[in-house]
Amino acid sequence: MAAAAQEAIHEHDHHEESFVSKYIFSYDHKMIGKQFLLTAIFMGVVGMMLSIFFRIQLAWPGESSDLLNMFLGERWAPDGILNQDMYLGLVTIHGTIMVFFVLTGGLSGTFSNVLIPLQIGARDMASGFINMMSYWLFNVSSIIMLISLFVESGPAMSGWTVYPPLSALPQAVSGSGLGMTLWLLSLTIFIASSLIGSLNYISTVINLRTKGMKMTRLPLTIWAFLITAIVGVLSFPVLLSAALLLFMDRTMGTSFYLSEIIIGGEMLDNVGGSPILYQHLFWFLGHPEVYIVLLPALGISSEIISTNSRKPIFGYRAMIGSILAIGFLSFIVWAHHMFVSGMDPFLGSVFVFTTLLIAIPSAVKVFNYLTTLWRGSIIFTPAMLFAVGLVSTFISGGVTGIILADSALDIQVHDTYFVVAHFHVVMGLSAIFGMFAGVYHWFPKMYGRMMNNRLGYAHFWTTIVSGYGVFLPMHFVGLGGTPRRYYDNSVFDTFNPTAGEMVLDLNIIITVFAIIGAFGQLFFFFNFFYSIFRGPKAPLNPWKSNTLEWTTPTAMPGHGNWPGELPVVERWPYDYSKPGAEDDFIPQTVPLKPGEEEH
Amino acid sequence: MDSKLIIILVIILGVLAIAQLIRVNELTRKRNKLKEEDIPKVENKFNANMMLVFMVALYAGFVYLIVKFGDVHLGPAASAHGQEIDWLYNVNWFIVISVFLLTNTLLFVFAWKYSRKEGVKAYYYAHNNKLEMVWTVIPAAVLSIIIILGLRTWNETTSKAGAEFEDIEIFAYQFAWTARYSGMNNELGKFDYKLTTAENPYGIMTKDNIERSLSLMKVGAPGQEGVKMLEEKLNDRSIIMSAQDRSDLEDQLGRKERMSRMLEAMSITYNDSLDELANDDVILEDSLVLLKGQKYNFSFRSKDVIHSAYFPHFRAQMNTVPGMTTYFKFQPIYSSDEMKEKLDDPEFEYALLCNKICGGSHYKMKMSVKVLEPEEYLAWQKTKSTYDGTPWVEDDEAEMLEYYQSISNRVVEN
Repeated sequence: MAAAAQEAIHEHDHHEESFVSKYIFSYDHKMIGKQFLLTAIFMGVVGMMLSIFFRIQLAWPGESSDLLNMFLGERWAPDGILNQDMYLGLVTIHGTIMVFFVLTGGLSGTFSNVLIPLQIGARDMASGFINMMSYWLFNVSSIIMLISLFVESGPAMSGWTVYPPLSALPQAVSGSGLGMTLWLLSLTIFIASSLIGSLNYISTVINLRTKGMKMTRLPLTIWAFLITAIVGVLSFPVLLSAALLLFMDRTMGTSFYLSEIIIGGEMLDNVGGSPILYQHLFWFLGHPEVYIVLLPALGISSEIISTNSRKPIFGYRAMIGSILAIGFLSFIVWAHHMFVSGMDPFLGSVFVFTTLLIAIPSAVKVFNYLTTLWRGSIIFTPAMLFAVGLVSTFISGGVTGIILADSALDIQVHDTYFVVAHFHVVMGLSAIFGMFAGVYHWFPKMYGRMMNNRLGYAHFWTTIVSGYGVFLPMHFVGLGGTPRRYYDNSVFDTFNPTAGEMVLDLNIIITVFAIIGAFGQLFFFFNFFYSIFRGPKAPLNPWKSNTLEWTTPTAMPGHGNWPGELPVVERWPYDYSKPGAEDDFIPQTVPLKPGEEEH
Repeated sequence: MDSKLIIILVIILGVLAIAQLIRVNELTRKRNKLKEEDIPKVENKFNANMMLVFMVALYAGFVYLIVKFGDVHLGPAASAHGQEIDWLYNVNWFIVISVFLLTNTLLFVFAWKYSRKEGVKAYYYAHNNKLEMVWTVIPAAVLSIIIILGLRTWNETTSKAGAEFEDIEIFAYQFAWTARYSGMNNELGKFDYKLTTAENPYGIMTKDNIERSLSLMKVGAPGQEGVKMLEEKLNDRSIIMSAQDRSDLEDQLGRKERMSRMLEAMSITYNDSLDELANDDVILEDSLVLLKGQKYNFSFRSKDVIHSAYFPHFRAQMNTVPGMTTYFKFQPIYSSDEMKEKLDDPEFEYALLCNKICGGSHYKMKMSVKVLEPEEYLAWQKTKSTYDGTPWVEDDEAEMLEYYQSISNRVVEN
């Protein structure tokens, strides 16, 4: 068997890979992971810039800005003043890009790909070809989404949730024309990418674990990626059907979502459809989506916090249990987005119950993180800083979820900036912190070089300060009764000018922090690209970690990951500072000593 | 433009500055034989201390925001159920803020306290079932309290309105609101979207309106071709039109034929009681005027896309959905003047805002709301006339005032 494996490796060494097969249409999971990462970074820059544009409008409404004029031109920012339709376009595309292209594609796409085969001891994904297809579909859908920003009638303008009838009728808003068609096309391709990617992750984790890698010896990262993929496979098809029905309403005269509408003086003959149906279908994905974004980030931070506290993750089995519980519950909470949609209030009360249940596994996770830090010997690598930051934002954003899940309280703050602040903290900040933590931690394995720590510290501290600086005040904007997606808040002048002034003051604080935060990312971009080429060479196991990816004999493993035989797993991945051991870490490949208990 | 140049220059200089910093840093580390993966003691201590500094700054910022912006200027809840909701908010805020402070403090203090120290080994502590049980059960218990209290308020707020409620319909369209009062019989006239015309913008169902719509569909009017005109046009061989135009016209014809068939069915089932229901309705386009203490049952309807009727001061919100009617009920308990006093703001006014993205001018979609004392309300009511043009108030005024006063007084008694 060893001989056969050797031969296989030889074959690998022999066939010279061309530029195209190595860097573009690569089957290698590590290269595909890097492709996801680079695409997501690019999309992230676009998404962030869009947010800066509309933040400028919110802080200084009606004032001319050269920046807006420079990027949006005379069409959408005449004399540097943002067009009110384009404001909605910016908000919509910012949300779409961040949720799907950065936090879903970028987080799950990057780290599931890079880490699953390396951490379970496999040579590659179950299907390299499907994996490559998954990336290229993601790439194409990203390009289509970007193109939609440049069409004459503007990009989709009905919010990232694209509720019909607004999204179905070009007469209602100009972005519901070609822009919306491209949005639907892009999302359809994205869903295909996500589905085949997820199927690949699931089959790889189930089938290709190396000898000794029992499910109860899997690192928590892999558990998180596995459950994320299962949740994605079960929920994304529902979004696909929602999009398909919307497409048919738009083009084929069907009435799934449309009923009794008079728009632009024209009486439509659609009768019997229900816009609420769309909301049910959308949120059946939309809520699990939150966990598709969050779970990988939580998995990554579990791994990083354990490694850098030099302690086993506390309550490994409870952590797995809470991932499973969150994955399951995420499917029965969707209608908490619809308490005031006109849905039966009794149905609402059922969803109050299920939604608040999710707080229990979330609380377990937080307490387990805290106990892992307790009496640790913490090393603050940039990855560790971001992982600690994630726990903080997960707490701060999670607790406001309790307010929103309580339907009686949601009546007041539904669709206000309070909601915007809540999900940006719990999902936006937490997930992006998880992503940064992952990049800093596994950069040495991805590129064979080290990133600069000092720039990493600067990056973290500017990011967390500006993150809280943006979203903490935003809660107060929402509690003041400010609806989201308002081009400006001049309406306050007509009923409560004092409140209007306070909201404007808060908006200026928020925008200033947003701009600081955006510039703070320069530390990261520079560090990332500079280190790829010029960073110091990475050792094999820079963080003294236990998991299998650090057992490869080269810092940047080639296709096939381990020349020679695959490693054999002898213990769980969290033996840090185990009494009786010489080092404060014991890699998973080290056999148990006679009489040593596993954990 | 100069400013563009400056922006680009600043970015380029910034990047160059970082590059130089890295270079300097790398050279010094090389000289000191330090490796990137070994975090020096000073740096670890710096980040550990920063954890505490950040925690203090976060809490200071939080307190500053509460002091400066915590009074969010919505004022006390101006409705009966709103006061319940505000009470529930206080309970929840207490729990939520306690958890926020407790867990964040533990996090940052642990991160600071247990940063690596020479000679101190981490404590191998993999699990403790008792402990894990404790922090599963405690959140579950606290959440049960939150759920029970929350559902109690929710059920009261969303329960069906009784007979003592006055019906008002709020009609939403891009980008304004209209209110329709049910009038003296407290029953709203029926409506159908197919009856919507320039003369009948809210589609109210009366005999005249059905006939007008039917004739508009069948015969047409200037600028609006009816079935007859369309047929003539399509049959007229002297008119030359493209295949596309022809098929568009045929589509239009088909649609209008369907519509007129449905309208005919409506006119057959019609009876005179429908006129009676509609005739005493009162339509208001400028503002919504309410009587202090009266219980209102609002029904919501949309003409085009989804809007959301948001009354922030009354803690009330409900989406308006095309094709269906939605409901929300509340009882205003402070008149506009009382609220001005409470907020110490003579310019204050209640408002109805749109809170669901509905198009470019979404942010301007607003209606002002006034809550009046009985005398003012009756005086205002006398200036309004009903759908068929008769005065709203025909009964004995003294009696009505007495009745209104008895309603408003109930608030004071509470």
